[in-house]
Amino acid sequence: MNIMVCISRVPDTATRILVGPDGKTIDTQGIKYVISPYDEYGIEEGLRLKEKNGGTVTAVTVGAEASTDILRTALAMCVDKAVLIKADIQKDSFFVAKNLAEYAKEVNPDIIFMGRQSVDYDSLQMPSMLAEFLGMPSVSVVSKLTIADGKATAERDIEGGKEIVEASLPCIISCQKGLNEPRYPKLPDIMKAKSKPIEMREPVQTDEKVTVLGMSIPSKQRIGRILSDSDGDIDELVRLLHEESKII
Amino acid sequence: MNKILVFLEGQNNLLKRTSCEAISAARSLATAAGIPYVGIIINGNKEQVKYAGEYGMANVINAKHELMDTYSSTAAASILHQVIKSENADVILFAGNAKGMELAPRVAAKLEAGYMSDCVGLEILDGNIIAKKPVYAGKAQITAKVNSDCKVFSLRPNVFTATKTGEAITMTTKDYAPNLSEDDKKAFVSALMKNEGRMDVLEADIIVSGGRGIKGAENYNLIESLASAFGAAVGASRAVVDAGWRPHSEQVGQTGKTVSPNLYVACGISGAVQHLAGMSTSKIIVAINKDKDAPIFKVCDYGVVGDLFTVVPKLAEKVKHLTGK
Ligand SMILES: Cc1cc2nc3c(=O)[nH]c(=O)nc-3n(C[C@@H](O)[C@@H](O)[C@H](O)COP(=O)(O)OP(=O)(O)OC[C@H]3O[C@@H](n4cnc5c(N)ncnc54)[C@H](O)[C@@H]3O)c2cc1C
Ligand SMILES: Cc1cc2nc3c(=O)[nH]c(=O)nc-3n(C[C@H](O)[C@H](O)[C@H](O)COP(=O)(O)OP(=O)(O)OC[C@H]3O[C@@H](n4cnc5c(N)ncnc54)[C@H](O)[C@@H]3O)c2cc1C
Repeated sequence: MNIMVCISRVPDTATRILVGPDGKTIDTQGIKYVISPYDEYGIEEGLRLKEKNGGTVTAVTVGAEASTDILRTALAMCVDKAVLIKADIQKDSFFVAKNLAEYAKEVNPDIIFMGRQSVDYDSLQMPSMLAEFLGMPSVSVVSKLTIADGKATAERDIEGGKEIVEASLPCIISCQKGLNEPRYPKLPDIMKAKSKPIEMREPVQTDEKVTVLGMSIPSKQRIGRILSDSDGDIDELVRLLHEESKII
Repeated sequence: MNKILVFLEGQNNLLKRTSCEAISAARSLATAAGIPYVGIIINGNKEQVKYAGEYGMANVINAKHELMDTYSSTAAASILHQVIKSENADVILFAGNAKGMELAPRVAAKLEAGYMSDCVGLEILDGNIIAKKPVYAGKAQITAKVNSDCKVFSLRPNVFTATKTGEAITMTTKDYAPNLSEDDKKAFVSALMKNEGRMDVLEADIIVSGGRGIKGAENYNLIESLASAFGAAVGASRAVVDAGWRPHSEQVGQTGKTVSPNLYVACGISGAVQHLAGMSTSKIIVAINKDKDAPIFKVCDYGVVGDLFTVVPKLAEKVKHLTGK
């Protein structure tokens, strides 16, 4: 099987976020970057599928030169091939999806794994967009998956329950926690990954569909009233919820 | 801008609350921009269409096709595309629930349109829509505008208020027969499993969540009885889910669900950034924790410093007394 995995480079989830000097993006000083956590499920699922059915796993990212670091991590997890579509000033997600589509049209994958969301802009949009550009079906936020007889059977959480979605191959799966336990790269593989080639590609340009006007740190004013565990204070809490907040 | 189209989802003989929120958001945008707003429902019924009217939506298009008897995201996108073109609509709103978050970007891609997901604010400024969206797990927020002629947005549930107009209106309903073939149905829902008897955190007005402070699955009945006193859904931190005390469907946070209930009660939860990512837009946050320095107290409206094993049952009893639940 020809398996493609799309990965995104994001700040480690514990990072403190500050607004950068342009007022529109984050201050990148001192930030440690990682593969977006959901994309690790995608890599793992791709590797397991290959181990079962044979084939190749290709990791692709759209980003600046710095993004080679996450491709090296993917190589250390033992993907066969790594591709960087160069984008020095990264554009909106439409640009990323179009570029992933251009690449996919060339290599014709049987299945594409992506993360549920890239934990920077948190949009959950790329899998459906890319699928539409490729004329493929897709299933978002998948926590269980079987591939057999030319189709994918995927389970996903919906409000109040779960649903099973069947999709014909080729298709796109966006991965949610629970799908698998991603492997840790082994030391020898980390060493080997350092000298493996990374294919560099020039991007196609697109119109800017979305323009960010500003970024801010939300500061919802919380009441911040601290109470003790005394009977009187708990009565007070109930009164506050009832009379002040009018919730109960 | 020409016309707003809202994707509506039925639930029994009503509409989903998130759909009503989207109608209300459309109504204020339409008023500010001086343009009409219409709804699209797939295989809807009369009652559902009428219910849209209670929120001020006078025009609803009911797209009917037997291939949609079981839901298909690919076919739904095709229907929406056809309706958008025939209505000449250029602002498309979706509720940001499981279905909407999957469908909206597909429709945007069909239209080659810009899309802003998970919006928490939409307003008209100089004839353009300015959208607000949380990024970096809610640690920051962006304001942005969509440049393409067609603009697609999804709305975070429970952020926009659904308000009925209280006026009787004359409804016009159009039946629409979309062109669909089996080929449009490359993905379809083949089975549904309801969480019987349990309220989902995504649909609840109030959520009571437990953290590692609860110490074991056997103590979760404390959280459940507080939840039932409030009429709330039960949630959990990742520590609790990873320990196997609760199912992943209840996890709130970055790798779980993003919720914004009217009230979120965190019991024995420290308030790690990844947990806050899933609940920081809740309207009121109550924290119960024995450590007065726990980070959760920095983001709460009301905090109780104390042992949850005594505070939670006491609170449950007092709330029950008030609500009668
Ligand atoms: C409105 C908006 C404005 C933006 N502006 C900027 C900006 O000014 N500067 C900037 O650096 N970035 C910007 N981005 C980020 C964007 O360009 C992407 O790189 C980002 O990673 C995707 O964000 P998303 O929330 O749309 O992804 P999602 O739809 O949440 O991602 C889902 C999945 O798609 C795949 N994926 C996502 N991004 C990539 C990628 N780059 N390469 C390969 N696969 C990927 C991954 O599998 C990921 O898990 C912006 C994003 C948005 C939504
Ligand atoms: C990539 C990534 C994603 C993550 N995603 C999520 C996510 O989606 N959701 C999530 O929740 N976490 C997530 N986490 C984990 C997160 O970092 C924390 O580890 C987790 O939220 C801690 O759970 P907790 O607050 O229940 O436990 P702890 O941090 O251990 O806190 C327990 C709290 O209980 C209090 N306590 C103990 N005993 C009592 C008592 N008797 N009475 C009152 N209080 C008591 C303690 O004072 C403490 O504050 C993620 C982490 C990573 C790295």
